[in-house]
Amino acid sequence: MEGRDFCCQGCLTVFEFLHENGLGDFYRLAERPGVQVKSAVVEDRFAYLDEPVLRDRLLDYSDGQMARVTFQVPAIHCVACVWLLENLFKLRPGIGRSVVDFGKQQVTITFETGRMRLSELAALLTSIGYEPTLRLDSLDRPQARSLTRSLYLRLGVAGFAFGNIMLFSVCLYSGMDRFSVPVFKPLFGWVSLGLALPVLVYSAGSYWRGAWLGLRQRTLTLDFPIALGLLALFGQSLYEVVSGRGVGYLDSMAGLVFFLLIGRVFQDRTYQHLSFDRDYKSFFPLAVRRVEAAGERTVPLSALAVGDRLRLRQGELIPADARVREGSGLIDYSFVTGESEPVQRSVGDWLYAGGQPVGGAMDIEIIKPVSQSYLTSLWSHEAFAKQRGSALHTLLNRFSRGFTLRVVVLALAAGAWWWAEDPSRAIRAFTSVLIVACPCALALSAPFALGTAQRWLGRFGVFTRNAQVMEDLARVNAVVFDKTGTLTSGSRGNVRFRGDPLSDRERGWIQAVAARSAHPNSVRLAAWLSNGTPPPLEGFEEVAGCGVRARVEGHEVRLGSSTWVNQGLESVGSDGSDGSVGSHLTGTGTIVHVALGGRVRGWFELGGALRPRVDQAVAALARSHELVLLSGDNGREREKFEALLGPGSSVRFDQSPADKLAAIAELQKGGRSVLMVGDGLNDAGALRQSDVGLAVVEQVGTFSPASDVIMEAGQVPGLAAILRFAQGAVRVVWASIGISLLYNVIGLAFAASGRLSPIVCAILMPLSSVSVVAFACGAVGWMSRRAGLAVHLDRERTS
Amino acid sequence: MTAIYLMLPVSLLLALIFLIAYVWSVRSGQYEDTDTPAMRILTEEAGHATRPPSAHQSLLNNP
Repeated sequence: MEGRDFCCQGCLTVFEFLHENGLGDFYRLAERPGVQVKSAVVEDRFAYLDEPVLRDRLLDYSDGQMARVTFQVPAIHCVACVWLLENLFKLRPGIGRSVVDFGKQQVTITFETGRMRLSELAALLTSIGYEPTLRLDSLDRPQARSLTRSLYLRLGVAGFAFGNIMLFSVCLYSGMDRFSVPVFKPLFGWVSLGLALPVLVYSAGSYWRGAWLGLRQRTLTLDFPIALGLLALFGQSLYEVVSGRGVGYLDSMAGLVFFLLIGRVFQDRTYQHLSFDRDYKSFFPLAVRRVEAAGERTVPLSALAVGDRLRLRQGELIPADARVREGSGLIDYSFVTGESEPVQRSVGDWLYAGGQPVGGAMDIEIIKPVSQSYLTSLWSHEAFAKQRGSALHTLLNRFSRGFTLRVVVLALAAGAWWWAEDPSRAIRAFTSVLIVACPCALALSAPFALGTAQRWLGRFGVFTRNAQVMEDLARVNAVVFDKTGTLTSGSRGNVRFRGDPLSDRERGWIQAVAARSAHPNSVRLAAWLSNGTPPPLEGFEEVAGCGVRARVEGHEVRLGSSTWVNQGLESVGSDGSDGSVGSHLTGTGTIVHVALGGRVRGWFELGGALRPRVDQAVAALARSHELVLLSGDNGREREKFEALLGPGSSVRFDQSPADKLAAIAELQKGGRSVLMVGDGLNDAGALRQSDVGLAVVEQVGTFSPASDVIMEAGQVPGLAAILRFAQGAVRVVWASIGISLLYNVIGLAFAASGRLSPIVCAILMPLSSVSVVAFACGAVGWMSRRAGLAVHLDRERTS
Repeated sequence: MTAIYLMLPVSLLLALIFLIAYVWSVRSGQYEDTDTPAMRILTEEAGHATRPPSAHQSLLNNP
């Protein structure tokens, strides 16, 4: 095919299909365009999407003729993907415009409902390799976009007014009225007033609301002194304009709001492609295969009733508590319970929701509604009801209480003193103090320092929900680990081969041998390799404590411990062939060696081994933090982990999701600020209850339960450096607060003496803000070097 | 100096036009996805000029 190599028939099909439709450019746009067809699309696989109940909730918009839908497509990864998906209308009549949002990995498609069904659209996307993710939470997607839009609009209005008022003010500062007709001064004043009004009412609206909300809750948040300062600025200016004295401080007021809103934009820019609020709904499928009298039918999960019979294939999720009706096999519960070994279940056995069959298909009967299963009941715990990260507890708001009271007292004192000396200047002294104490630089210090820190961590694959999380991270004094998937690499599908590459045929041989053995490692290996029916084997033999061997298609296949497999054979000669690393049947076996036809080929690493460098990281953390291990696994590795965490730590096994939550709450009652490091749904409660929940993911963008931080698994060893960095960032905030207070004191000297002229204010305000912002960003960069982020974290991302 | 009576409304009008343009750009969602347009421009010649009928576009912009 034009000198191209294709990895499989599917890719060739796609190539031909695209060429016929004039989209051959796809293959010129990127070196490795991402069309990979995994399986032929079964005709009716998406038929359930046409059920009116589901369809109406999935569509963004529909008028009977045209409809628009937004699909989550994780396969979007390069320029070619964007191009192909946006040229979708060339592939099939009935498709209109399609727009890709690369950051969110979404594609929004308009189509004619008369010529194309939603199920056909989903099938088309799947057939070219862009399978949409359809999960239970696709039905209720949040509408958060209007919030950022309104922030940008408020910023625009403030910037517009600031720039224009400044033009008038500069004229007056430079002494224009001295050589021109005196009519301009009041004219400029009134125009400035007109420009400042929308800033006061619209742009600064959130500060009025914030101050009022704080007052009603009887706390003085930072919004209060800001609102007070704005009021004083505007009141004084209004008086000066009406009395014809000048333009007052309107330029400073508009500038103040403009800078504050920039701080807010900087703070609110979060990671769009990550979801920090996922629950079990993101894990549950939208539809399941129900066994009916007429055969199998895919039905929406919401239509599932108690007593229904489902057919589950390998890797599919058990959506509700159920009982096995037909077939038997191993069920992997690692995602729910943290237990890494699959359990054997046969006809009549009870199955909890959240498990996945490993190996063969299985028929089950639903005995509880989806919403009342063992797994979903975790989300009804009160920890999920409380609002997280309330703004009232941030560092700045705690600081602002004392600050506001002092400012008000000082303003009253200055007013009272001048009242006795020179009553004409008393009001002016009072407002001047309020103006100059308006904590603009103060309000900017935390957003910029913590926002910069957030970006630094983002560059290393550590993503925080928002900038405030940094404060919580700095306060942490106890770290709770989950075992599976956190300290050790996860078990689900996490198998890697090291050594001479294997061909598909050789993989089939290994699968055949592994499938015959009942040992957990063999089961996992067979499940990972499974690809069609394995070839038949002869002379199967299992040597307890060593491994298995058999002949497949005339070749001897040996799987097992290093020493046994290597016996009398030529070694592959790599570092992993050391006999002490692990063996096939010692209980904690994590490495399976392979020999084919008398030659050692390498070894499979089964997940469950300690992540590299974790021991050093834990040792570094243990010096400053209390460590706890909560695992859903059984206690067979207790000694190993007690030794790893060291003296003074506690290690608990057999913890249910609810136990973990309770253990965290107990630690918090003891006055500790807890960082929970976990990965699966079984940690969801603990992640939620803890002060900072950190979810570890193998790949950013894949499922992770609701948390405050999402981190690439490779960065677990850098945890100590991350916590050190967070503490450094918070110290920078305090230093910035110190600098802005210094400016306030200088301003107060002017104000209290009743000499705060508009021009002093117009210089002092931007100067203090810009210097505090520059200091905050620079100092956080320095802190990142001091904490050794680049040394302790894996590698820097360029994007 | 009387020129200011003319220049003042003209300058404000000009600034207002820019503000309106900005408001339009925010409302049409240009600040929501800042990654994809940068990639789209690379493939412009490869066929992005051809667009589906405009009826679809108006639907997308004004739901």
